[in-house]
Amino acid sequence: MILSVASGKGGTGKTIVATSLALSISNVQILDCDVEEPNSHIFIKPEIANKENVCIPVPRIDETKCNFCGKCQEVCVYNAIAVLKDKVLVFPELCHGCGSCSYFCPENAIKEVDKEIGVVEFGKSNDIQFVHGKLNIGEAMAPPLIKAVKKHIYSIKTIIIDAPPGTSCPVIESIKKSDFCILVTEPTPFGLNDLILAVEVMRKLNIPFGVVINRSDLGDDKTDQYCQKQNIPVLMRIPFERKIAEGYSRGETIVETLPEYKEKFQEMFRKIKENNNF
Amino acid sequence: MKICITSQGENLDSQVDPRFGRCQYFIVIDTETLGFEAIQNPNIDSMGGVGVQSGQLIANKSVKAVLTGNVGPNAFQTLQTARLDVITGVSGTIKEVIEKYNRGELKPTQCPSVNSKFGIPGTK
Repeated sequence: MILSVASGKGGTGKTIVATSLALSISNVQILDCDVEEPNSHIFIKPEIANKENVCIPVPRIDETKCNFCGKCQEVCVYNAIAVLKDKVLVFPELCHGCGSCSYFCPENAIKEVDKEIGVVEFGKSNDIQFVHGKLNIGEAMAPPLIKAVKKHIYSIKTIIIDAPPGTSCPVIESIKKSDFCILVTEPTPFGLNDLILAVEVMRKLNIPFGVVINRSDLGDDKTDQYCQKQNIPVLMRIPFERKIAEGYSRGETIVETLPEYKEKFQEMFRKIKENNNF
Repeated sequence: MKICITSQGENLDSQVDPRFGRCQYFIVIDTETLGFEAIQNPNIDSMGGVGVQSGQLIANKSVKAVLTGNVGPNAFQTLQTARLDVITGVSGTIKEVIEKYNRGELKPTQCPSVNSKFGIPGTK
């Protein structure tokens, strides 16, 4: 079973919910797919045993074969190639590695060469298997690295995916093929606005989902009203508590700071499984 | 000799558009006869790589120089490789700019003046 944790708005508590859940149930593999700023490892504290470099193919032009016809530039939807009168420029940081340019080059003048975009690291912490991706600084292409992280899904485990914030490509890549998605939100106008966007994504991707309201006693009740109206289950409420924030800043999950939460996370997990027939 | 000026409108009284990649119009103008062509920028709403696209568009117009407010790294590399002079920090109306250029008051730059994504609305 693959369970992803996403949010829409950033900073609502995805990582603390994902890691607290991981520490509350057994037989878990956790994948941190927020490759632009992974932080689950701060809470899971895995011993990294292995790493693997991840590359994408970028074009290299053989100018002795190129006749500057411009076909490669025409098919590149990311504008990563400029064909000038007697020179072809490649902008690797704009390239998504789709391979269209080399496929369509009539002169066979384009070779694809590997460009490293980041690393995937694996490890273990007690019984939890851990995988995360780290995108190289300055790199903009998160999805190929997220794909590489997800290749290591070990499907006999309960998989928890810590997704990046937002609703764009990296999020889609992280949550697709999930059996269920937990949307973590906060009861503020921003939280609700971005929750609504995230809900639209879930419906488009046909992923069953529920909401966790973090800092649930702050803000207003508009998020509750929205969930009720839309028939979205509220899986858990985590009231604002200074102790949780203090624990977080020391790298502790909620269940380590306040052990009574362990039962709540287990209960949530049970409900998700029951209501979705997993 | 022809040059290109980024413009907010389609005539010579228009103001210079401070952005290169996502400017409203490219005015390609003959510095002696002042005969010109206003090209509506087809790349304004592109997702990314706009500097490359616009740079290439202008490189194909056989102009000697590009005059604009700012130019980012990808556009600069494209224009420089195409051996065009890039003049940044330009403002005022197209007419005023042409006069300044003809008097030799505007000098080409050797580096991009802003970072990537400068011209995207809502980002600063």
